[in-house]
Amino acid sequence: MSFNPDARQLGLIKIAVFIVCLLPLGRLLWAAYSDDFGPNPVEFVQRWTGSWTFNLLLITLCVTPLRTITQWHWLLRLRRMLGLFCFFYACLHFLSFIGFDHAFVLEDIAKDIYKRPFVSAGFAAFILLIPLAATSSNWAIRKLGGRKWQELHRSIYLTGILATIHYFWLVKATALLWPLAYSVALAVLLGWRIRERRRKAIPVPRFQSAKPLKFFKQKPD
Amino acid sequence: MLIRRPTALPSSEITDSAIYASRRDFIRTLLLGAGTAGFGLSHGADADDRTGQSLGSLINSPFSLHDDKPTPFKSMTSYGNFYEFGPDKESPAKHAHRLRTRPWTVTVDGEVKAAKTFAIEDILNWAPLEERIYRMRCVEGWSAVVPWVGFPFSELLKRVEVTGNAKFVEFWSLADPEQMPYIRLPLLDWPYREALRLDEARHPLSIIAVGMYGEVMPKQNGAPLRLVIPWKYGFKGAKSIVRIRFVEKQPETTWIKSSPDEYGFYSNVNPDVPHKRWSQSHERRLGEFLKRKTLPFNGYAEQVAGLYAGMDLRKNF
Repeated sequence: MSFNPDARQLGLIKIAVFIVCLLPLGRLLWAAYSDDFGPNPVEFVQRWTGSWTFNLLLITLCVTPLRTITQWHWLLRLRRMLGLFCFFYACLHFLSFIGFDHAFVLEDIAKDIYKRPFVSAGFAAFILLIPLAATSSNWAIRKLGGRKWQELHRSIYLTGILATIHYFWLVKATALLWPLAYSVALAVLLGWRIRERRRKAIPVPRFQSAKPLKFFKQKPD
Repeated sequence: MLIRRPTALPSSEITDSAIYASRRDFIRTLLLGAGTAGFGLSHGADADDRTGQSLGSLINSPFSLHDDKPTPFKSMTSYGNFYEFGPDKESPAKHAHRLRTRPWTVTVDGEVKAAKTFAIEDILNWAPLEERIYRMRCVEGWSAVVPWVGFPFSELLKRVEVTGNAKFVEFWSLADPEQMPYIRLPLLDWPYREALRLDEARHPLSIIAVGMYGEVMPKQNGAPLRLVIPWKYGFKGAKSIVRIRFVEKQPETTWIKSSPDEYGFYSNVNPDVPHKRWSQSHERRLGEFLKRKTLPFNGYAEQVAGLYAGMDLRKNF
């Protein structure tokens, strides 16, 4: 099935995705308004923002496989927004950590990041997202050049792996089911990419002109 | 030992009376509904359910806190760990209704002259019930203030003759897959077992709790009887106890079996000894946003530190 939205339809789709991505935030605001955070409000906020950061990371990583499978190339036009929402929830998650856990005391925050391995992993994942968010504009893509930009943005794979480690280290042995489910989802999305690269790397015989698609560190002369 | 006379605690402080009232209405509606339906609703339910019943007049204990505001009843009954009913904090409140608290017996055996089995009806008459408002600190980093109802563990020692070999006491929780759905999963080594040194169990702060907030113990909190050791992390307080065994050697407990490097035998609340994966220096009271400092022995150092004189608490965590 091919579906190719025109500019107006794509605009509507973008607005719809934007609103959907705001729903997790809406849930938080509603809970704050109706005082419905449950017995441990901070834990609720931290888990909620953490899970939605991870959900959006996985959704963002779905765009390329979905686009290849469905041939809906316009899906790519949604990826930046999804990635930025992932960063947005990561910021809320980080804020809830430095604010609720440490009342913004820098020394305590630094000590915690250094001392608790699961915090270190989460912090590293968050730091890695910053350059990606900062280079998300068209201007930055032009300035960096498509290839460099793409290489930089591949660090999202590492962020995904760090987020998984963060999640695994945080739960007890009795609650491994959820981090396990997230790591399987991530493994499928990364595995698909590895398979695609292998597939594209096989030289096509007979057609001299068909060069395998490879990304070079330097431009071949 | 510091024994302060407690000021009478206004009942309004303990739990928002609106929560009480709405809960009671809810239960009444349920009971009425079950009564008019007449049949078909008793399957799997507790035929002799005492949930929500008042325990009557209670003795004020000099060990009760009087400066700390108790955690709302609703928080304590909707949030907690009881792995037999599921791995999430919300699971016990969802599934514990399947627990049948009558008939219920507790077998006392091991290093005793004669093993005995006590019925819950008799246990409830062992001693006048006291209200003990204690701090509760979970090893996960959250805490609460709970008005428990019960009597000192030492009441049991008046009713069985412990041999000279008994050095430790072990508590076994019920492990019935019919009532506790998660027993079928190998989350932990069932039945849940916890243990104390005999002198710890004898300490006047150690209680067998049969209720909280003036009511019969809610099922999700370990009905019909559980252990409460306020200077230790919450998991030491075994719930829904069916067996108490006196032993000579330090027993292996369920959590030590699960993660020996994360949970120690003593598990005294200690802000200076971090959990393997997080610091224990601070805690978050349920309902509060910012953390507060964790106190050594959960604030009961004056009473219990003597039990551990000369011990390296970093090694014996």
